[in-house]
Amino acid sequence: MNIVVCVKQTPDTAASVTVEGGKVTWGDAPLVLNPWDEFAVEQALRTKEAHGGKVTAISLGPEGAREALKQALAMGCEEAILLSDPAYASADTLVVSAALAAALRKLEAVDLAFFGRQAVDSDTGVTAAQVARRLGWPSLTLVAAVVAVDPQARTIDVERMLEETRQQVRAPLPAVVSVVKEIGEPRYPSFMGIRKASKAEIPVWSAADMGFSVPAPALTWPAIIAPPKVDTTCEMITGDSPAAIAAALADRLIDEKVL
Amino acid sequence: MADKIFVYIDHYNGQAVGPSWEAVGVALGLGPSLSSGVTALVVGDGVRGLAEEAITYGATQAIVRESAELKDFRPEPYADVVTGILKEHQPALLLMPTTGRTRELGAMVAVDLETGVTPDAISLQVDQGAVVATRPIYAGKLLTQEVARERRPQIVMIRTRAFPRPSPDASKKGAVDAAAAAPPPPATQVLGYKASEAGVSLTDAGVIVSGGRGVSNNGRLTPPAEITDEKQKEIWRAQQGFELIRQLAASLGAAVGASRAAVDAGYIPYVNQVGQTGKVVSPDLYIACGISGAIQHLAGMRTSKTIVAVNKDAEAPIFKIARFGVVGDLYDIVPAMTEVFRTRLGK
Repeated sequence: MNIVVCVKQTPDTAASVTVEGGKVTWGDAPLVLNPWDEFAVEQALRTKEAHGGKVTAISLGPEGAREALKQALAMGCEEAILLSDPAYASADTLVVSAALAAALRKLEAVDLAFFGRQAVDSDTGVTAAQVARRLGWPSLTLVAAVVAVDPQARTIDVERMLEETRQQVRAPLPAVVSVVKEIGEPRYPSFMGIRKASKAEIPVWSAADMGFSVPAPALTWPAIIAPPKVDTTCEMITGDSPAAIAAALADRLIDEKVL
Repeated sequence: MADKIFVYIDHYNGQAVGPSWEAVGVALGLGPSLSSGVTALVVGDGVRGLAEEAITYGATQAIVRESAELKDFRPEPYADVVTGILKEHQPALLLMPTTGRTRELGAMVAVDLETGVTPDAISLQVDQGAVVATRPIYAGKLLTQEVARERRPQIVMIRTRAFPRPSPDASKKGAVDAAAAAPPPPATQVLGYKASEAGVSLTDAGVIVSGGRGVSNNGRLTPPAEITDEKQKEIWRAQQGFELIRQLAASLGAAVGASRAAVDAGYIPYVNQVGQTGKVVSPDLYIACGISGAIQHLAGMRTSKTIVAVNKDAEAPIFKIARFGVVGDLYDIVPAMTEVFRTRLGK
């Protein structure tokens, strides 16, 4: 099977992210493979291991995003491609989804394109569905389990995690699948994988390389701001016994109309 | 009238879900500056009643499109129908609740109409005829304003629990344009449904009681003799602790949450995880038990209205964002709280 996993490089979730002069900064915190995308890589690799074929990781981002692709290679992806173009500088999800769709078309005969549910920086969670719509492929988002892939019948069965239920869906291939954490723990890169990744050639495709004319983004971002400071004075509740503490706490919660 | 607002009503099993009615309220609030009326958009099978309900919540009219093909939600045919209606009526703004379904649906409609889509909006302002939405990024560590100035309709999905729900008024009247839809048959097939393992939905919950790594920290508990593995002993202890947390949650009608550390340690399933790589929640009351307050957890719950922290360590970062703090052993404090709330709230 020809499997693709679309990944993004993001700041680590432990990073303290702030805004200075209208620009987002995360200090010295490392940039990592988007944690949700690790699950997508894991599922892509499992699908390959069960049915054969190869996994290609693609990422849209600046030169530095190579590091996220190297992580995907170290985990076991065969190939990686960086989609980089100055025209992506102010890209919104419309632009990103169009670029990813162009890459998937150029790769030809892709069976499955995996995504993480969302990126931990922009938090939109719409890109996978937009790529599917552009390609006319079924969109299977919030997938908690890939139940079966049938390469002969060219179908995939998944369980989607909606708020109220798990929806069991069968879709024809090719399809777009975005996964959630319930897929299972992502593997660690192996020593051999890390060595291979460090030597890997990662081609860069510009928009022109894909015959893609970059559309104008629909969205602009007038301001990025820090959230309003919450009242941080913590009132410590004390008492002679757990029962007295609990009673005092209940009193305060009722006084403040929380309960 | 060029400036129309449409509100998409999300539904499951015939019931409106997510902040659908809140979205009607938000649309009405924008009304004077943007539009003279609010149209509820209801797509599905056997959903006509939701149109009438939308009118009681303040929609001035409703459009209903039904088809047996739309009984099971699939984003493709729903997007086909919604895009068709928007092309016909050309509203200025489509408001939606943010749910798993609408995120996908809104994403697709935005592609069809080459417009912007903003999920999880927590506030909206009208600026020069366009809606500027504010939404959290980096799991709420920052907020961004977002606007599609040149595209119509704009698509904005509002976040659960970010806006008040309007009160329904059964005397309100409005026209309902109901018709059959004929979307192309979708390629996907729904095989069935499995009940979700979560109890009270975390994102909808008004009160959440969460446990962290500290829940396993009770040397007084002796695991059964047949458990010999140290890791399994730790998990067994944690499960006793989470039982206390569940009882406290039950006394408050609350949902049960957990930190990533507790989930990663195998104490409780991932559906319960609150934080940057779990659920982002905003309840009226959040009680954090044995959670130190790692930044990725705080990102998922910091917008809770009132935070109560119970922790052995007086220096734990969770106290920096808590309104009330108790320094103590959750194994003592949590059962005492359950007792008090049971008595006072009668649950």
